[in-house]
Amino acid sequence: MPPAFVEFLQFLLSGITSGAIYALVGLGFALIYNASHVINFAQGEFVMLGGMLTWALMSAGLDLPLAIGAAVALTVLAGLALEKLAIEPARDADVVTLIIITIGAGIFLRGVVSVTLGKDFHPLPSFSGDDPISVLGATIMPQSLWVLGVSALVVIALQLFFRYTLLGKSILATSYNRDAARLMGVNVGFVLLLSFGLSAMLGAMAGILIAPITATNFEVGIILGLKGFAAAILGGLGNGLGAIVGGLLLGIIESLGAGYISSDYKDAMAFVVILGVLFFMPSGLFGRRRTERV
Amino acid sequence: MTHSFKTGLMLAGLALGALGLADPSPAHAEDDPIRVGSFLAVTGPASFLGDPELKTLEMYIERLNESGGLNGRAVDLVHYDTAGDANKARTFVKRLLEEDEVDVILGGSTTGTTMAVIPLVERAEVPFVSFAGGVSIIDPVKPWVFKTPHTDRMACEKIFEDMQGRDITRVALISGTGGFGKSMRGQCMDVAPTFGIEIVADETYGPGDTDMVAQLTKIKNTEGVEAVVNAGFGQGPAIVTKNVAQLGFTVPLYQSHGVASKKFIELAGDAAEGVRLPAAALLVAEKLPMDDPQRPVVVGYKATYEAVHGEGSVSTFGGHALDGLMLYKGAVEAAGGIEPAAVRDALENTRGYMGTAGEVTMSADDHLGLGLSAFRMLEIRDGDWALVE
Repeated sequence: MPPAFVEFLQFLLSGITSGAIYALVGLGFALIYNASHVINFAQGEFVMLGGMLTWALMSAGLDLPLAIGAAVALTVLAGLALEKLAIEPARDADVVTLIIITIGAGIFLRGVVSVTLGKDFHPLPSFSGDDPISVLGATIMPQSLWVLGVSALVVIALQLFFRYTLLGKSILATSYNRDAARLMGVNVGFVLLLSFGLSAMLGAMAGILIAPITATNFEVGIILGLKGFAAAILGGLGNGLGAIVGGLLLGIIESLGAGYISSDYKDAMAFVVILGVLFFMPSGLFGRRRTERV
Repeated sequence: MTHSFKTGLMLAGLALGALGLADPSPAHAEDDPIRVGSFLAVTGPASFLGDPELKTLEMYIERLNESGGLNGRAVDLVHYDTAGDANKARTFVKRLLEEDEVDVILGGSTTGTTMAVIPLVERAEVPFVSFAGGVSIIDPVKPWVFKTPHTDRMACEKIFEDMQGRDITRVALISGTGGFGKSMRGQCMDVAPTFGIEIVADETYGPGDTDMVAQLTKIKNTEGVEAVVNAGFGQGPAIVTKNVAQLGFTVPLYQSHGVASKKFIELAGDAAEGVRLPAAALLVAEKLPMDDPQRPVVVGYKATYEAVHGEGSVSTFGGHALDGLMLYKGAVEAAGGIEPAAVRDALENTRGYMGTAGEVTMSADDHLGLGLSAFRMLEIRDGDWALVE
């Protein structure tokens, strides 16, 4: 293989790995946005909870698979509690108010974790070892394959859920038209609760998958949440496919930008691309064009 | 009835007498306690600095008082928590100087809080020993300001000195964009030519980045790189270390003193094997050779601190506070009193004091007084530190 190609492949592989995580987080944003038009800024904290709880449970003596299962379940509980205790009581408030509530919930979750589990960084063991795998001269870590594989499975499972189950269809119906869905007998309140649970699950899984690569602490959700939000915006808010494409694109732009141009402007380049896309396509790559009827 | 009245009268008389004794003394009578003022970031983002610093000051001042005080006088600690906020630091130092009328100020956990109070201290002409890292605190030299911790410039010099021993001249730099990484990057660029080192690649990464493979691939493909230096702290250097291993990049990797803790080895795992970094002697206290002059100091401090605060709790930051307190103690003993100008001169004349940070010899144009011996070059072997001979 020519060195230039190997180099390109290396950038691409590392970009796709980061991108898959952004996509999972972005998907969480999309789910909740669809059900409620709320942008859940506590999404990053779900990511953090997944990683931190897995670490805490493991240090309490649980096996990795068991700790992962329990951490995901606990994060889903946190997501449900957030909806029940903070969003639902304020359901008549503006969307902006609800968004501010989610920001507050995020700060609260960070605070609770920093007080109870500490402020240190913690590693998780890689799921299947630390020996890099060679792909046409470039290298990829086994953990990255886990990230990519699980992300793909989650996306497929979500598709099946939305397409073939009544529950999935009622979520879709609510996202298309809330009032019409309610008139058709969909329990809109339950759909909202469910979407928070699902988003929390996606976030927790992203947090657990990435923790062996980056380590985790109580603040890791801030940046990952921001990147996931950017991915969701780039793809078109509320569009699942858009969030995935947006996430992968964001990861690849960052990696290629850092590799070929300058690592100083890595984040800036990603955001320039996002601004550029939004300038020409205000509702994102896959967003529905909204028309205002007069 | 009469009895208790009499007792009351007697007590009142005693109290008056006590007041009468204390009252007419001027602000600083010969047997009044010496007042040590301190402002540290005990809470907030820099609490990992301020917390061990305060614990150390409290512990050693208590020990000092138990053993008869300083020049026969008791020592009082007046402390305020800045939470790392420079504005608060200014307010508190003002209070220390004007209301508490302290004889010396020890502290300032961060460079920011230290720099903010320097004008106040200089105006009040009170000796001031800072525990913060920045080189700007003592460069240029300010008459009343001293500091104890080594600087990031010295970390760069230590790394480059080690490279000279390995015949390395072409070096790639990868640094975090946070304050620490940025500052050290600048210092390393600055001193590299003095050691005949050429920086052939210069990459950065953001504080929350999860992957530095792209930057490292670029470095790997740069012609003739003989070593990589990573300036940064937090989880970034651990990711860099793992990514270097992933790429099968085998040139020597140097980390900074910013990750000189067991946490780094835990985070980077097997990839950390063979990584070198400069660190304070405290980190390897028990591993120092028996005849190392610094050994008794660091082993003693470690034992004292961990006896109270638990196994593995000692940090270099608390050591900086101990050095500050001991430098002041030495200066007061040398000056024979706490008269500020005399203490200042004595501080400046400190010769060969062995502290946790290294041997301190101050002068009129060096208010830090540490040589490169302050840092030990360590290598990570079998998940533990090993001294590089």
